[in-house]
Amino acid sequence: MSVRSLLLTVGGPAALLASIAVAVTIGPADISTGDVWASVAAHLGLGESALAPLRDGIVWDLRMPRTLLAAVCGAGLAVCGAVMQSLLRNPLADPFVLGVSSGASTGAVAVVVLGVGGGAVSLSAGAFLGALLSFALVLLLSHTLGAGTDRVVLSGVAAMQLFSALTSFIVLTSADAETTRGVLFWLLGSLTGADWGQVLLCTAVLAVVLVVCLGYARTLDAFSFGDEAAAGLGVRVARTRLVLLCATALLTAALVSCAGAIGFVGLVLPHATRALTGSGHARLLPVTALTGAVFLVWVDTLARTVLDPQEVPVGVVTSLIGVPAFVAVLYRGRRRT
Amino acid sequence: MSSLHADGVVRRLGDKVVVDGVTLTLRPGETVGLLGPNGSGKSTLLRLLAGVLAPTSGVVTLDGRPLAEVGRRATARRVATVEQHADTQTELTVRDVVALGRIPYRRAWTPATTADEQAVTEALARTGLADRSGQSWHTLSGGERQRTQIARALAQQPRELLLDEPTNHLDIQHQLDLLELIAGLPVTTVIALHDLNLAAMYCDRLLVLRDGRAVTQGTPAEVLTPALIEQVYGVRAQVTHDPGHPLIRPLIRFLRPGARDGSPLERRATSDAPTTP
Repeated sequence: MSVRSLLLTVGGPAALLASIAVAVTIGPADISTGDVWASVAAHLGLGESALAPLRDGIVWDLRMPRTLLAAVCGAGLAVCGAVMQSLLRNPLADPFVLGVSSGASTGAVAVVVLGVGGGAVSLSAGAFLGALLSFALVLLLSHTLGAGTDRVVLSGVAAMQLFSALTSFIVLTSADAETTRGVLFWLLGSLTGADWGQVLLCTAVLAVVLVVCLGYARTLDAFSFGDEAAAGLGVRVARTRLVLLCATALLTAALVSCAGAIGFVGLVLPHATRALTGSGHARLLPVTALTGAVFLVWVDTLARTVLDPQEVPVGVVTSLIGVPAFVAVLYRGRRRT
Repeated sequence: MSSLHADGVVRRLGDKVVVDGVTLTLRPGETVGLLGPNGSGKSTLLRLLAGVLAPTSGVVTLDGRPLAEVGRRATARRVATVEQHADTQTELTVRDVVALGRIPYRRAWTPATTADEQAVTEALARTGLADRSGQSWHTLSGGERQRTQIARALAQQPRELLLDEPTNHLDIQHQLDLLELIAGLPVTTVIALHDLNLAAMYCDRLLVLRDGRAVTQGTPAEVLTPALIEQVYGVRAQVTHDPGHPLIRPLIRFLRPGARDGSPLERRATSDAPTTP
């Protein structure tokens, strides 16, 4: 038990650091591993970079933020998925179950295609606002329907359908081929546009939400036997649900606005991680943040190299890996009933 | 001196009154049985006593303070509940489940204390589950699951234990095992039961509900009379008083009016006959 704990607490962060260190050396520009690390070290204030400014920029302004954003997105999506699955007592819940990603798409499309905001609002900001709007709608709807767990899920499904329809409608009626292609790429999830601003924003939101969720770790454990049992253990169910739904929706909105709707990380990684840690959230949440981060760093590396020079949207790769895993989850569930 | 006390509690659900002005005082250490037909308000009364449901009017107090004032967490350290049927999709060991009982004591961002571990170990020992602590919840039988839930409740170190038909899904041997266990616990217990004989055997006092109202309360010998059983359940029964507690024998044959003196065979004949006003 303690050996496993040690492996997880030391091995997890080590694996993440190693993954980032290796992933950042991989890319279409031919820069040697040593030069890449020297460049990164130079920017961290250690030693001198041997690279010309242009190639140095490739490492520090393109690869580095992209790799880090992949790590933050993977961590955030996995944590949100784990929390949603426990809170809604639904093994198939993921960060997008409340329609946040669909709302983000509509927001992004409204900005890019319809020109909402007159150019003052960026795609990311539009997506963020759309995500929050959709989440507010879900909260309102589920509250009017009685706020039970299944009501929340059903409200999310309704919002998801509504915003997907709106997005398709806007794209099909108003966008030209070029814009459609761009939007589609973003919708599928992509880390192409990663910059340091996004990395800092998402890291900050992730840190806050992770601290909040860890504070609620025992409370999440209490939901194992349902809302009623949680209430019997002294949990204020409605308040807890509201706080955690808002926290995870905020994080999801931030991630989606930067990287689009990267599917399946939030669905599959928490399940895989539970096999390692058991279901106690005090261990599950930090470890799934690490596994999610490592996973997405490698998937994104794959996405940008496998069809080099063309890029595959990272969401496509996660789904190609995710769907078989999803089936496995369903299969496990079938065995138990 | 009363610990947990319900004073004229009413709970409405829409325009239906589920619990209608019930008053119950618990004396330390006693086992109180809640009796009544399905839908008579037993579960709702238990939820009101546990504080997970707020009364529409009336008040539930713990040591004289209303539960709303005591707070959810503090209440959960005093009053533990075992539901009729508990299940989870999460992969948990017996010890994991019992450790859930420590949640009302746990602080955020801090690991379990030795007091937590000790309470869990004691609860496992008390319920005879010590050698099962590593076993998966999903591999347990119905009786073992209820036993685990009782251990979880004990890990809350309650003074009041509320049980909602805990023996419902169990065979007779496991029903008796479980009730023996419960009767031997050093806590004040309120237990909803369907089986009148089990109630007579294991309860010090009974409260009988019908349509949300308290029909009567008292010792099993005072309460379990043929007249009351017919009034509340619509069933005729013979009650004999063995040394110790009453023994109830329902007389199924007399269930239907008009067939009271008939044999079961005749009763069937009667019910098959076309009814004429």
